[in-house]
Amino acid sequence: MLLTISHTTTYRYDESVPYGVQQLRLTPKPYHGQKVIRWETTVEGGHQEFEYEDHNLNRVQLIKVFPHQKELIIRCEGEVETVDRNGIVGAHISHIPLWLYRRSTKLTKCGSGVKKIIKSVGDEFSDELSQLHTLSAKIHEAVSYNTGNTIVNTTAEQAIEAGAGVCQDHSHIFVSAARKLGFAARYVSGYLMMDDRIEQDATHAWAEAYITGLGWVGFDVSNQISPDHRYVRVASGLDYRDCAPITGLRLGSGNEDLIVSLQVQQ
Amino acid sequence: MSKDQVFFDEMFAKGVDPRNPYQSIHEWVNSEDPKALTKKTEEAEIFFRRTGITFNVYGDDAATERLIPFDIVPRVLAAREFSKLAEGIEQRVQALNAFLHDIYHRQEILKAGVVPTSLVANNEAFEPKMIGFTPPGNIYTHIVGVDIVRTGEDDFFVLEDNARTPSGVSYMLENRETMLQMFPELFSSNRVRTVSDYPERLLRSLRASAPLKCEGKPVVAVLTPGIYNSAYFEHSFIADQMGAELVEGHDLQIIDGRVAMRTTQGYKAIDVLYRRIDDEYLDPLNFNPDSMLGVPGIFDVYRSGGITIANAPGTGIADDKALYSYMPEIVEFYTGRKAILKNVETYRCSEPDSLKYVLEHLDELVVKEVHGSGGYGMLVGPAASKKEISTFRKKLEANPDNYIAQPTLSLSTVPILTKKGLAPRHVDLRPFVLVSPKKIDIVPGGLTRVALKKGSLVVNSSQGGGTKDTWVLRD
Amino acid sequence: MLGKTAGGLFWMFRYLERSENIARILDAGFRIALTRTATSEDEWSSIITTSGMRETYLQHHNKFDADSVINFLLRDKKNPSSVIVVSEAARNNARLVRTALTREVWEAVNENWMNLNEALSRPVRQKELPIILGLIRQQSALVRGALHGTMLRNDIFDFSRLGTFLERADNTARILDVKYHVLLPSVSLVGSSLDNVQWETILRSVSALNSFKLISGGELTPREIADFLILDKRLPRSLGFCVGKIATNLGYLEKDYGLELPCHTLVRTLKESLSEITIDTIIEDGLHEFLGAFITNINQLGQQIEVDYRFTS
Repeated sequence: MLLTISHTTTYRYDESVPYGVQQLRLTPKPYHGQKVIRWETTVEGGHQEFEYEDHNLNRVQLIKVFPHQKELIIRCEGEVETVDRNGIVGAHISHIPLWLYRRSTKLTKCGSGVKKIIKSVGDEFSDELSQLHTLSAKIHEAVSYNTGNTIVNTTAEQAIEAGAGVCQDHSHIFVSAARKLGFAARYVSGYLMMDDRIEQDATHAWAEAYITGLGWVGFDVSNQISPDHRYVRVASGLDYRDCAPITGLRLGSGNEDLIVSLQVQQ
Repeated sequence: MSKDQVFFDEMFAKGVDPRNPYQSIHEWVNSEDPKALTKKTEEAEIFFRRTGITFNVYGDDAATERLIPFDIVPRVLAAREFSKLAEGIEQRVQALNAFLHDIYHRQEILKAGVVPTSLVANNEAFEPKMIGFTPPGNIYTHIVGVDIVRTGEDDFFVLEDNARTPSGVSYMLENRETMLQMFPELFSSNRVRTVSDYPERLLRSLRASAPLKCEGKPVVAVLTPGIYNSAYFEHSFIADQMGAELVEGHDLQIIDGRVAMRTTQGYKAIDVLYRRIDDEYLDPLNFNPDSMLGVPGIFDVYRSGGITIANAPGTGIADDKALYSYMPEIVEFYTGRKAILKNVETYRCSEPDSLKYVLEHLDELVVKEVHGSGGYGMLVGPAASKKEISTFRKKLEANPDNYIAQPTLSLSTVPILTKKGLAPRHVDLRPFVLVSPKKIDIVPGGLTRVALKKGSLVVNSSQGGGTKDTWVLRD
Repeated sequence: MLGKTAGGLFWMFRYLERSENIARILDAGFRIALTRTATSEDEWSSIITTSGMRETYLQHHNKFDADSVINFLLRDKKNPSSVIVVSEAARNNARLVRTALTREVWEAVNENWMNLNEALSRPVRQKELPIILGLIRQQSALVRGALHGTMLRNDIFDFSRLGTFLERADNTARILDVKYHVLLPSVSLVGSSLDNVQWETILRSVSALNSFKLISGGELTPREIADFLILDKRLPRSLGFCVGKIATNLGYLEKDYGLELPCHTLVRTLKESLSEITIDTIIEDGLHEFLGAFITNINQLGQQIEVDYRFTS
C-alpha cells in the first residue's frame, strides 16, 4: 500500500524564544516490509543543525529555533510503501544486543500493577505468540483508551492506576510486562492510517516483542491488532523517551501552544 | 587484623636504616630542627588557604571550605619501581579502552563468556546511547586515575580504576609546588622527575583527540558544574594551567552543528570538552531532563562528530567495582598477555557462595558499593563497631548485588611528621594517565593519599585523609 | 574571553569598589557624628540613604543610631551591600573568573575576604571602627596593587576597570545627591559652621578633603566643591574622571575587538555632555536634576555594556 503522509507541528510561543533546540525522530525507517519512496522535513522559524543515526538506528534531526521567533513549524511530507506482514518485523538485525530490550526504564518500571496484569494473563498457552496476544487484550481491559488521563511523563504503573491512557501508555505497559515475562520488547512510534478518516489526531505508538522463530512481532494494544500495511514504523527504542517524535528545550519563560496536523492517506 | 601485624614501611622496611630511595629524605629530616619543620607545615597550610586550595565536603551544612591536610615528608618511588608500575598501568588502560569499545560495539567479551552478560546488562553505568558509536580517535577514557596500593617490596595491587572523572591532580601539582617553594634545596640534591608539565601534557593529549569537524588548532574547554561544586578549585586550576576556558552549561549553545561558547566577541566553537560533570547531568535533552547544569543537545553533537567529550559518556561501566573483579581476565582478553598489575582478591556478593562467606566474615573485610566512590557507603570491618556491622549487614542482605568485598589489605606505610617526630601512616597512590590516539602518557608521580589517623586504613580526603608530594626518582 | 568571565570581572571590581566606598562614607559620617551629638541621628540616617539601602534598613531598625548603622553597613548579611556580603560576592566572582586572574590578584581577593570575615565575625564597637575601616581600605589597596602590578593590559583589565569606575561614578553621584541641598548657593551666601562641616563630610566621603584644600587654597565654597567633585578631571573620584576612564577602557575594547557597539555611542555622548557643561549651568538648571539624570545614564551605560559584551545569554 502506498501511504502519503503529511505531518505538520506548529509551536506558538507567547514570548519570543531567545534560544531553543528540538530533537526530531520523525523519519520512517526503511526495513523489510516498508520502503520509503520520498521523505522531506522542512522547518520554518528555525533550521536543521545536523542529523545522525542514533543507537536505535533512528534518524535524529536537531533543529534550532531562530532567535526571537514566536513560531516554529516542522513539516514532514512523504510517501511510504508498505506490505501487510501480520505484524512480523522479523529477524534482529542490529548492533544492539537483544538483552538490552529486557532492560527496565523509568517509564516502563514493573510494579504491582503490571504484575497484576501478568497474573491475569495466566500461563496456559500453546505458544508465545498467543501469550502476548492475551497480554495485549488484558492490558486493554485494564486500561481503557481515553485521552486526557495521562501525559508524556506518565509511567506504566501510573497509567494502570489511572485505569485509562493512550497508545503510549498501552505500549509502555506492554513492554514492561513482556520484559517481566522474559521477552525482549521495545516501544515503536510511527504513523497509522485509520480507515475512516484522512485527518489523524496524533502520531501512533505500539510495541514489539521478540518471539523465538518469528523474530520481532508488533502488538498494537490500543487497536487490539498486530500492525499491518496501514502502519508506518518511524522510531523504536526502550520507551517513549527513545522514540519521542519531538523533544525540545528552550530558554525563556512564557507558555507555548502546540498544534498538530496529520494526514495519512492512500 | 591482629594487633602485631607488620606493615611494609616504605622508609624503614629494613629496620633502622632507610630503604634506598628514602636515604636522602631521611638524612634531611634528621638534620632539620623538628620544631622548624612543624612550623613549615603550618606555613604550608596558610599557603594553601591563601591560594584557595580547598574542597567542600558533601553533607556539610555550612558548605565550609576545608583544606586537605598536607604532610611535608615526601613519598618516594625508585625509578625501577615506577617503571614497572607504569608498564602495568599502560597495559591496564589499554585494556580498559578496548573493553569500552567492545561492549559498545560487538561485545565479543560477553559472547566469549569471559565477563557475564548480566553484569553489563543490568548495570546502570552501561549507557545504551553509546552503542554503535565510536568516539573521535576511538578513545573513551582520556584521563584515568588508577588507584594503587602496596603491601610489600614488590607487591603492588590495583585497588580501583577511575575511568569516569578522576580527581586530585591539582593536589599532585600544588603539593609539588609547595615543596619546591618551601624546600628548594631538596630538589637540587635529589633527582626528582617533574610533574609540573602535566597541564601541557593534558592539553596536548586532549588536542590529539579532536573530532573530525575540528578546523585548525583544536579549542579545548573545561566544563564545570560551577563554583559551588566540591571540586571547583581543581576545575579552575586545570583550566587556568592549560590556558583553556572554564565553561558552565549556560555559557554554551549549539551553533552551526557545533557546541560553542559565548565570548565577549560572539560564539566560538569548542572541539574538545574536558567535562567535570557526570553523564547524568551532561545533557537534559538526552539524559536527566531535570538537569540545569548541562548543555541540551551536546550528546547529539557528539554523535554527529561535532565535539569530543572527555571522558566519553558511559565509561563508568569500566570502573564499576563488580566488573573490577574481572579485570585480570579483561586485560588478558584484549592484550593477549597476563595482567602485569595484580587485582585485590574480590568477593562478588551477587554470588551466593561469596555472599555467605562475606556475611560470615564482615568483621575482617572491607565491603564497598559497586557504584560508590569517595569512601562513602563502605564498611571497614576491622575498624567498625558491632552496631555498624549489624546495620551494614541488613543493607547487604537487602541488596547483595550492590556490593563487593575485599580482604583488609596491609597497606604500606610512609612516615608523616607528627609533633612527636616521624610516625608511620598508611598510604595509597593515584597515578594519572593521559590517553590519546597517539600514546598513553603516564605522569611520573601521582597523588599519595595518607590516612592521618594512627592505624586507619581510609585515605579518602572526605574521611580524614591527607596528601603527600610523590617523588619518582631518575635512574 | 567568555562573556560570563567579562561579567564576573566587572562585578568583582564593582563589589570591591563598593566595599571601599562604604568604608569611606562610614568614616566621614563617623567623624561628623562624633563631633556633633545633637545631629548625629540625621547624620547616620543620611549615611544609610547614601548607601542606597534605606528601605532594607528600615525593615529591621526603627532608629538611626551608631551601632545599628555601623553593623548594618559592615556585617549584616541581610544587607546585600554590606561589606561582608559584598566581599564574599567579590570573592565568588573571583572564583568564577579564576582563570582570568593572576595568582596575585586572586590571592589578594581571597585574603580580603578571609581577613574581613575574621574582622567582622563579631559586632563592631565604635572604638574599633577606625581600625576596621582602615583594614577595609588597606585590603582594597592590596587588590588594586596586585591588579596594576601583575595583570596584562588587555580586555581582562578593561572589564575590571569598567566595573570599578561605573561603581565609583554611581557612588560619587549618590553622595552628592543626598547632600545636594547643602551645596546650593541659596542656602547661605557665607558658609555657616554647620555647612562647613557638611562640606567637609562630602569631601571626606570621597577622600578628597586634602586634595581640595591643596588646589583651592583652603577655602570651602559649595560651588567649588561641586565643580571639583563633578567636573574636575584631576580628582580620581569625580564624575568627569570616572566617565573619562570608562570611555578610555571602552575605547580599548572597541579597538581591540574591532567592533563598535551601542555602549560606545552612549559613553561618547555622556563624556561630551560633561566636557561641554560648566558648574554654573549645572547649578542653574538644578543640581539635583543633573545628578538624577547622571545616575540614570551611568546605570543605562552599565546595562548596555552587559548586553554588548554578552555577560549573560
